[in-house]
Amino acid sequence: MTDQPLAETENAILELDNVTKVFESAGFLGRKPSHAVRAVDGVSLRIDRGETLGLVGETGSGKSTIGRLVLRLEDPTSGHIAFEGTDITGLGTRQVRKLRQRMQMVFQDPYGSLDPRMTVRDLIAEPMIVHGAPAAEIPARLEQIMLQVGLNPRMADRYAHEFSGGQRQRIGVARALVLDPSLLVLDEPVSALDVSIQAQILNMLRDIQRTRNIAYLFIAHDLAVVRHISHRVAVLYLGRIVETGPRDEIYERPRHPYTVSLLSSVPVPDPDMERRRNRIVLHGEISSGTAVPAGCRFHPRCFRARMIAAQGKGPTIERAGAVLPVRCVEDDPPLSGEGTHQAACHFPLAPQETVDILATGKRGAAHARNADPPGYAPPRIAGSDI
Amino acid sequence: METVTTPRNARSEPESDGAAVLEIRGLLTRFPGEPVPATVVNDVSLSVRAGETLAVVGESGSGKTMTFVSAMGLVAHPGRVIAGEALLSGIDLLKLPAKELRKRRGAEIAMVFQDPLSGLNPVFRIGDQIMAVIRAHRALSRTDARKEAVRLLERVHIPDAGRRVDDYPHQLSGGMRQRALIAMAIALGPKVLIADEPTTALDVTVQAQILELLSEIQAETGMAMVLITHDLGLVARHADRVAVMYGGRVVEQGALDAIFKRTRHPYTVALFRSIPHLDTPADSDLTPIQGQPPNPSRLPKGCAFAPRCYLAQDRRDCLERSPTLAAADSPGHLSACHHWHDLAAEGDKAR
Repeated sequence: MTDQPLAETENAILELDNVTKVFESAGFLGRKPSHAVRAVDGVSLRIDRGETLGLVGETGSGKSTIGRLVLRLEDPTSGHIAFEGTDITGLGTRQVRKLRQRMQMVFQDPYGSLDPRMTVRDLIAEPMIVHGAPAAEIPARLEQIMLQVGLNPRMADRYAHEFSGGQRQRIGVARALVLDPSLLVLDEPVSALDVSIQAQILNMLRDIQRTRNIAYLFIAHDLAVVRHISHRVAVLYLGRIVETGPRDEIYERPRHPYTVSLLSSVPVPDPDMERRRNRIVLHGEISSGTAVPAGCRFHPRCFRARMIAAQGKGPTIERAGAVLPVRCVEDDPPLSGEGTHQAACHFPLAPQETVDILATGKRGAAHARNADPPGYAPPRIAGSDI
Repeated sequence: METVTTPRNARSEPESDGAAVLEIRGLLTRFPGEPVPATVVNDVSLSVRAGETLAVVGESGSGKTMTFVSAMGLVAHPGRVIAGEALLSGIDLLKLPAKELRKRRGAEIAMVFQDPLSGLNPVFRIGDQIMAVIRAHRALSRTDARKEAVRLLERVHIPDAGRRVDDYPHQLSGGMRQRALIAMAIALGPKVLIADEPTTALDVTVQAQILELLSEIQAETGMAMVLITHDLGLVARHADRVAVMYGGRVVEQGALDAIFKRTRHPYTVALFRSIPHLDTPADSDLTPIQGQPPNPSRLPKGCAFAPRCYLAQDRRDCLERSPTLAAADSPGHLSACHHWHDLAAEGDKAR
């Protein structure tokens, strides 16, 4: 297991403590703001030196907002963010700018994030100049960085548009690395790239991490990509971490029904396995941050809650067009579990249940697509939470 | 667990002698350019039968979208279809007068695009947009067309369709917009539905819902479906047959299991190796395909994949002769590689 015990904090490069970000819509003509979006809702996480934390979630889960909060591009509404042992929540603009030498961001769009009028040399040297690096050091540093990200230093005088998407993303990474940061926030760094190019960038990021002992906060929606690069994974749903733990725990023994359904939704490039696999088609779509459901925020879409209610374990209530356990509808479950693998669910799945539901094992008979897990009421796609 | 009869089982063996609904033959599309024109679709032949799903796999620029845009006579100026036929139930769409072609587009062959926002007009209600499609082809009163629009929205499982029909596109989520576009595409009961990366912009849980919906409609109507995608997982889940495109050509084509288990083109092999899978060891390094996809106006003289190919090395035939698409192993399995025998000899390891 790649995970370190939580108590040992001197190794932590980044720690978020109960961070919340609420975006309020501006009032109109003196009227009160109509609604507030809880984009991030009480998130705590930590990343150690040289480690990659994968942050997965759907649109609207708040994963990009967390990245922006870490970089202080947004200020948290409450909670604290500590970077290299210092609380950075209340720092002023100048201090934040200094901080950015140590943490940098790589963006999704390799086309929009590079100034088309600048040469590669200018693009990569710019952060050094901004942060006052001695002019004499710049050329050597530039060459070293270009080599490290797999760009030929002879191409330094070309413009970004002369490069392919993959090469542009290399330029983006070079810009981020040139100040020798200890943390990179990577927001969907490969999702705009062609599949054959994604592997080049992912391998490069792993090599760089090995040689520099740099930590990554890797934000992505692609579960296979996240699994490939992460040591630990946090699964976000509507601004809250619903499950977190060492990578293999999350992918092989997921406990939260949302994680299980996410994993079951990802098609595997193997026709035999696809015929064998069960799939959980979730009810409805993710709710919006303006109307976070009460109780467990996943309950309107949860197959597990329906299963538990159908099995007659404990009191139930009719909600979201289904019969659900009262606890799911009324109590917001905290992250809990033994050790580093934690899930925020009243009825977390036992390992064997997960295997049965995902049917990734050798259950030859269950090749029916969409076969419902035992005790599971058929989904009504037309969820009432939309 | 009770046995569930599924669309997939129903589809997995389409009648082998069933005639193709859409058959593309020798399609060649060029865009003028200096010093040489760009050949974006290069002698492509494909077919799809009723009730069948053909997956067309390739990276951006491989010509997978342009093949079908060309077949529907939608190539934008200055691009031009130079040669080839696109037979829809035996009638060549490319030879039809503009008016005749317009009648068939939408009614017999429809397309769903990747970005559900650009397919909808932001200033019109979705109901009105669906009604416009219906009334362009059928003589229905506004009231009846509206009823039909509501029925279609219900058909694609949009909740509260009677109210949603009056929504503007921005009021719908990405998944709901894609459902509305599918409703529009199936409005006239097309024989062929071309779904171009229909779920790339959507979250995985929504992606699963949309593809289930398409399978469901297909099972019900028996329409043929072309699924254009770069996601090999989706292919494994939904396709009956697969065509892999590279540099404007089909480089491998065959039944789903043949392509995945007895791969006979090195590009397809390389694609499988370059993608992180949920079921491969997480710490293993990926094997990227070196270099870049080819520029369609600067295609190499020999095989377009040769500069990136691990089989080609410096083999002369690869560099000098463009391989033709021909039977490899079995009659239905085609490969455009001089050296597909090498892959057969390598053994078909489980990938």
